[in-house]
Amino acid sequence: MATAAPTRRSRFGSPLQRREAIEGYLWISPWIIGFLVFSLGPIIASAYLSFTQYKIGGTPVWIGLENYRQAFFVDKQFWPSLGRTAYYSVALVVLGVSLSLAAAVLLNQNIRFRAVYRALYYLPSLTPVVALAILWRWLLQPQVGLVNFMLYQVGIPGPGWLTDRNWAIPALIMIGLWASIGGGRMIIFLAGLQGVPKELHESAEIDGANAIQRFFSITLPMISPVILFNLILGVIGSFSVFSVAYIATEGGPNYATWFYMLHLYYNAFSYFQMGYASALAWIFFVLIFILSYIQIKLSNRWVYYEFS
Amino acid sequence: MATTPQSAPAMLSPRAASARRSTRASLAKLGTSALIYFIATVVAILFMLPFVWTIGSSLKPITEIFKFPPTLWPQEPRWQNYADVFRIAPFGRFILNTAYITAVAMVGQILSAAAVAYGFSRFRFPGRDPLFFLVLSTMMLPWQVTIVPTFLLFRFFGMINTYWPLIIPSFFGGGAFYIFLLRQFFMTIPRDLDEAAKIDGATSVRIFWNIILPLAKPALATVAIFSFIEHWNEFIGPLIFLNSPEKFTVSIGLRYFTASSFESDEPREAILMAASLIVAVPPLTLFFLAQKYFVRGIVTTGLKG
Repeated sequence: MATAAPTRRSRFGSPLQRREAIEGYLWISPWIIGFLVFSLGPIIASAYLSFTQYKIGGTPVWIGLENYRQAFFVDKQFWPSLGRTAYYSVALVVLGVSLSLAAAVLLNQNIRFRAVYRALYYLPSLTPVVALAILWRWLLQPQVGLVNFMLYQVGIPGPGWLTDRNWAIPALIMIGLWASIGGGRMIIFLAGLQGVPKELHESAEIDGANAIQRFFSITLPMISPVILFNLILGVIGSFSVFSVAYIATEGGPNYATWFYMLHLYYNAFSYFQMGYASALAWIFFVLIFILSYIQIKLSNRWVYYEFS
Repeated sequence: MATTPQSAPAMLSPRAASARRSTRASLAKLGTSALIYFIATVVAILFMLPFVWTIGSSLKPITEIFKFPPTLWPQEPRWQNYADVFRIAPFGRFILNTAYITAVAMVGQILSAAAVAYGFSRFRFPGRDPLFFLVLSTMMLPWQVTIVPTFLLFRFFGMINTYWPLIIPSFFGGGAFYIFLLRQFFMTIPRDLDEAAKIDGATSVRIFWNIILPLAKPALATVAIFSFIEHWNEFIGPLIFLNSPEKFTVSIGLRYFTASSFESDEPREAILMAASLIVAVPPLTLFFLAQKYFVRGIVTTGLKG
């Protein structure tokens, strides 16, 4: 009985603490409201809608797992769109992350005008996606585009790129690389490289390790957490590919670039199948979650944490 | 005196050898650094060439745009192409619309992200750390998962084909990235300043407005710049929420342009390139003016890219 008062106090705090807590909640309240209305609410709503048939203007009709059955077993574009997206994503992430790292290593050398180089590498990532897509459609124009003209100069007949079924995705990967190699990812790598202690390199150099050995046995393990971070964000970002394909090819030619997100977008906003689109969104959500989880689990084997 | 001529050659030879060795080493070093500059410059050219090509194309007259072999730069630059952008489409209107949305959303994003960051950095309350973790985890949430219900929500309130869906979310938290960035910065501002003000009877609103915000100007500038670029470049929101051309932003305005350009007989590629460049100029210029804020923002948060 005697301890009742202090217990109460420690759970709810002194009036001063309570006041501070209330003020704190008030300050973060815009985010709380935003989170409930624009994140949590929609996530729950789309989970519900995914079990219904809902065409805009009508009312949602509960159909159980029908949308999921539709997606997995009936929809002719579901698996192919996922496959295309995986192809695009794997190529873009593997090439993009390694080339960003290479660019960061290059800029981390003792060179003058580093800021100028860094700025020039960074610029493509700031180009608005619409301008990016239009600009590259013109660069990849089969007859008079710069890329094919350069190939022609060295005697290679260039493909039709965005107009060719087999070359459309490689073309989009190329566009993605141009727009992302020198962007935020490279800057993060550069910061990571600058955090690698110089003494490690110096003592390894005394022991006779050359630059390549030092890169693989010192630099790479030291920045492995940064690599993991960039891989996870890279997979999420590239799996969500939408705008550039929507503008440059509209999913064509003949569905060659019909990525998962285009499939979702057209189902929602062209066919107005809101229930089915919600099921597609939830499948995507779970897929992204699994992919991130696998990467984190596998990272135990190769990511090195200094203080663990 | 006698020892000097004798010892001199003996002393000289190892020195000469080491001098030779160091010459060789410095030559190798020179070679390596020349190679580094060479690669760095080639990469820079690869990144810049598409821009140069686009600028060249944007100035080509109709007679030159489909000529083979293509030229990097037109013989007679046609500046008129840039005026045509505004003649063919209501591009001035698109620019004003985008500027308006960007300005309002920026203000909302800066103010609300700063307020939320202030709450997280200066107050103790139950569940603060889990909530902050939740803020960070929303960064991983792909927009696609929420877009359908969000669309239905704004539709329910009759806000389709208005700017509200593009503006309102900015006022509610303003995005996890900005909250995180500002919170990290606020943590570095000494608490003594707010404590002193509190003793003088200042309310938390006053401390926020008169102490925290003025001291956080560099971080606010970083947020402002990223926010500007985010809204200026935004494509999906306008695509989904806006229907009538007089409300279009530059992003979807450009697309509307491409669709109409292929219907006419006369090729408009040059004008399209000019329009794309006009859209790309504000973010690129901003970057050149405020490079240090960019790098700082990316490095402190390890995000945005």
